[in-house]
Amino acid sequence: MIERLSNSQLVQLILANVKELIREPGVLFWGIIFPILMSLGLGVAFTKKKDVVTNIAVVGQNTLANQPSVAPSVLGSFLLINKASFEKDEKGLAIRKFTVPDDKLGSTTFVFHSLAWKEAMELLKRGNLNLVLDEKSGLLRYHFDPMNPDAQLTYLKLSKLLNIHGPAVKETNAEIQPLTVSGTRYIDFLVPGLIAMGVMMSCMWGVSYAIIERRSKKLLRRMVATPMKRSNFLVALITVRVLMNFVEAGLLFLFSWLAFNITIQGNVAALLVLFIAGNFAFAGIAIFISSHTAKTEVGNGLINALSMPMMVLSGVFFSYHNFPGWSIPVIQKFPLTMMADGIRSIMIEGAGFAETALPITILALTGVIFFLAGMKIFRWH
Amino acid sequence: MKSQPVIEVRDVHKSFKTVQAVRGIDLSISPGQFVAILGPNGAGKTTLVEMIEGIQQPDSGDIFIMGKTWKGNEKYLRNVIGLSLQETHFIDKLNVWETLRLFASFFEIGKGRCEEVIRLIALEEKRKAWVVNLSGGQRQRLALGIALLNNPKILMLDEPTTGLDPNARREIWAILLKLKEQSDTSLILTTHYMEEAEQLCDYIVIIDQGKILKQGTISGLLGDIRDIPVRPVETRKITLDDLFISLTGRHLDD
Repeated sequence: MIERLSNSQLVQLILANVKELIREPGVLFWGIIFPILMSLGLGVAFTKKKDVVTNIAVVGQNTLANQPSVAPSVLGSFLLINKASFEKDEKGLAIRKFTVPDDKLGSTTFVFHSLAWKEAMELLKRGNLNLVLDEKSGLLRYHFDPMNPDAQLTYLKLSKLLNIHGPAVKETNAEIQPLTVSGTRYIDFLVPGLIAMGVMMSCMWGVSYAIIERRSKKLLRRMVATPMKRSNFLVALITVRVLMNFVEAGLLFLFSWLAFNITIQGNVAALLVLFIAGNFAFAGIAIFISSHTAKTEVGNGLINALSMPMMVLSGVFFSYHNFPGWSIPVIQKFPLTMMADGIRSIMIEGAGFAETALPITILALTGVIFFLAGMKIFRWH
Repeated sequence: MKSQPVIEVRDVHKSFKTVQAVRGIDLSISPGQFVAILGPNGAGKTTLVEMIEGIQQPDSGDIFIMGKTWKGNEKYLRNVIGLSLQETHFIDKLNVWETLRLFASFFEIGKGRCEEVIRLIALEEKRKAWVVNLSGGQRQRLALGIALLNNPKILMLDEPTTGLDPNARREIWAILLKLKEQSDTSLILTTHYMEEAEQLCDYIVIIDQGKILKQGTISGLLGDIRDIPVRPVETRKITLDDLFISLTGRHLDD
């Protein structure tokens, strides 16, 4: 029985594809490690609170000196009352630092540099400063680029502080309730997108490119010169890729669960069916685009032409609702969008079969249509 | 009684866009016969062999393999033919044994025959070596081994030694001469090395520009050369290259 099984051409084709896959270190890196690193990087960047250091130039008067000036300025009084620390920068020049602690939104440290106007402008142009401050007749003036969101934020924070005289800085912001519950964070949005994108890229490169490369090396032609069943060749290639996609997605989910406490709110069976339908759609598309060419350069172009727009538009990293309104109905019909939205609805919104039946059906049909069309024009030689 | 030919080609034509690759070729190959199809690059050798292999369809004419046409008999014919294409690359990161097992599975052949073949092509020591790490000669021996896995009635080799050094070439020849001695497999070999044709084959077909210029046994063809005005050959052995020059005014490897 085992001997018979090991002599089966389908088993041997699957084994050959598995061995080829696992013996390629690049596949393991790009398929498994890279998505995990991406989720880690983006998850940490957009999910955890961030402490901010903002640099401000103070021009026109020596408000940062050890002793308050004879006629105390608004800023000078503030720094004095709030006991802002005295430090020196890397050039040995005196600076003053004041930190607004915030355990929810992240602390903000204001670093005040006493500079001449010209010097302040140079540093502002280099991006080393967020804002320039001067004071005339008790009136504070803020100089910054209104198109620069960092500068705007600095202005809003600082102007609020300086309008509050005295040690009125609160340790906590009781009125702000940051949303950190599971399902509302950026990482919850990101991981389903990464899973869907992983399936698309894996099918495009793992199926399409593999077929085109085998055709260009005449291996396809050599294989069909034997009694090998052509269907077995494609079934083996797709099966191994789908299995690999399950491993990739499983590891990414496991990592996200351990690192970010991501959970599946909806129906797990529906998620599995949707995942398989998505694999089917992209495998079908992959067969179609690799059906004719024997040039790997053309294959590269076709794969990129198809996958890059979807990667950008389908809301993998950021919501596609930022695109113009007329384009959204089009974007929503992309297979990657359907798969990513479907996975999100199950993982985040608690959806089940009823809510995902339509994308599952469309994805499965997409796979069948592209597969059949691909087989019609498939070149084995 | 004359045995039925294993391959019969009758007035076959094939064109690609504006190029007439094969222009009315007739050919008959008997069981156990080793036939060389000799000609320069672009002569139409590969197109002719691909039509016999069933990869290309002739525009006109008939091809019979073991008395059968390709139409409706593909499965049977794939089982009796072994072939090695010009410049086939196998899967780089499979080893020699795994590659043989993969192709053996297509013919539903078990490990026993793979063991015989790996010994025949003298790659036992390279059994676990990845294909990507084999030398050109070793890869060509592997390709030959794969072609022999199914004990083919007809073996078709398309320029099996092109680009190999003399030693690697002789290793391939040794395997083929052993096969000639021990089996009734018929061989069609395309080559532009006249020495290879002389060493291995008992029937030579010289083609150029899609047509057969001359065919026959080596002794017969070399006998004919005395009737054709050629450059002085008294000081050395007359070769098929001399015949080719006398027929076309060009060398085989031009």
